[in-house]
Amino acid sequence: MHNEQDFSLSFEMTWWFSRIKDLETISKYNEALYRYQQKITNAAVEDMVLNMGPQHPSTHGVLRLELITDGEIVKEVIPHIGYLHRCFEKHAESLTYQQTIPFTDRMDYLASMNNSHAWVMGVEKMLGIDKDIPKRIEYIRVLVCELNRIASHLIAIGTYGIDIGAFTPFLWCFRDREHIMGMLEWASGSRMLYNYIWVGGLFYDLPVGFEERCREFVEYFKPKMVELNQLLTDNQIFISRTANVGVLPMDVAINYGCSGPVLRGAGLKYDLRRIDNYSVYPELEFDIPVGKGEMGTLGDCWDRYKVRVDEIEQSLRMVEQCLDRLQKELKRTPDFDPRAKLPRKLTPKAQDYYARCEGAKGELGFYFVHDNERSEIPFRAKARGPSYNNLSVLPELGKNVMIADLVAIIGSLDFVLGEVDR
Amino acid sequence: MSFDDIKLLLTQKFGEGVVTGEERTGLQPALLIDPDRIVEVCLELRNNPKTYFDFLSCLTGMDYGVEAGRFGVVYHLSSIPYHLQLTLKISKPNDRSEDNLPSFPSVSSVYRTADWHEREAYDLVGIFFEGHPDLRRILLPDDWEGYPLRKDYKTAEYYKGIKID
Repeated sequence: MHNEQDFSLSFEMTWWFSRIKDLETISKYNEALYRYQQKITNAAVEDMVLNMGPQHPSTHGVLRLELITDGEIVKEVIPHIGYLHRCFEKHAESLTYQQTIPFTDRMDYLASMNNSHAWVMGVEKMLGIDKDIPKRIEYIRVLVCELNRIASHLIAIGTYGIDIGAFTPFLWCFRDREHIMGMLEWASGSRMLYNYIWVGGLFYDLPVGFEERCREFVEYFKPKMVELNQLLTDNQIFISRTANVGVLPMDVAINYGCSGPVLRGAGLKYDLRRIDNYSVYPELEFDIPVGKGEMGTLGDCWDRYKVRVDEIEQSLRMVEQCLDRLQKELKRTPDFDPRAKLPRKLTPKAQDYYARCEGAKGELGFYFVHDNERSEIPFRAKARGPSYNNLSVLPELGKNVMIADLVAIIGSLDFVLGEVDR
Repeated sequence: MSFDDIKLLLTQKFGEGVVTGEERTGLQPALLIDPDRIVEVCLELRNNPKTYFDFLSCLTGMDYGVEAGRFGVVYHLSSIPYHLQLTLKISKPNDRSEDNLPSFPSVSSVYRTADWHEREAYDLVGIFFEGHPDLRRILLPDDWEGYPLRKDYKTAEYYKGIKID
């Protein structure tokens, strides 16, 4: 007589074999699918196939990882994405450039300002109006982008703490992020999905008193960062869990197309804000933090974490410089209208253009193909999300590590599934 | 290195036939490459000490429309040491049936970035990449029918017997 476990195993096997039988003919188009199913079937006999996600809290969204495990050791990671696919590129092909901006907000929903900034800069460049944007508008854009980058990194740090088992930093980060959310809501009317940066201008000017309140926040936030560093960055338990774990060498990172804090954590000083010198970044002073391997090996989880902490400080510097300009030489005037330069028709010449900028997670690119001079709708728009490429390195990093370390690696890559799946 | 230098470098190394044309109208000039030789071109551009195009920024699968009847792939390379950017394009005519997908060589052996991007192009545009290690659908379910970013794609009315509203 079968006991319960035997029954479940045989049921699982029959289920897998029935899936293979579904493929009636194996052609070159579904041969990879067949190979994958064979691998999982065989692994279910010899090793153990463990599903992590899509509802697992440490996968930071609806990511499903299929782990082939031997005891506590992960032999192979197979990521399955697409649970949050919202057809961004299909939408972009049927909407005008202006109408697509709210959809870009929903890609990386933790740093929406950076997404719309990238999209808008690309469209402005195609229209040839990128040099006519008033300085005040450019400074406001960079100000809100950097505030949003701080908010995004605060989530990365806070949730990373909770992955490792530290609960307090999570609460502190969310408390401070709430101030930024409140300020951006004050400016744009929405908490997360702003639709604030428009082609050729802004939705509205900053509200009266925004600069003063923002300065108060910077003064409030600086000592909080010191506290956070004492609590988490130099915490011995945290270091033991993250140093020498998930080491990503620089050449592997480049070859996988990693960018942003993941690439800088591997020790390469590469930041598009300095390389491309777009917007007003050449006028701002800031350093590019890189991983140095202080606590262990260069390119480990701790380095990637530390790059984000340092970037928050650099972003605060930039916010202060923007506020200086916005309160002095670019002071608000009663007749200033951020919508004055909005083009009536967004009809670029027939061309294709790849726009890229440094989002909160790395190189955020949009590839536009425009074929009709009278149309406001792109022929094809492709989004290159940084998280998509940063996540693709996970099967490489997740080989022969402990399951608990895999959680640390996932957290250190800091991806947003909204951007991976688009 | 300028755009012309890169073109000269490629034609000297591989002969005149490798660059089939160029596009200079837009803001970013593009080289049109012979589809069969894209892998060696990418490998050369990556390894040559004068170019070092070591970073594949973006890979886009293209459907150029029903009338044109062409499919293509666009590569955006970027060189980290020299701060250069380069666009490569390959394309070929192909019919639109699902039994005969347009097929291009896979560059995932040169850039691992291409692995997931080619899976995405296969999934959404229906372009087959020869020599890809694991060409499965990535964003859509494995049993999805059709390729949504093709210009002649019709939205499905039913998914597994469930009516889509």
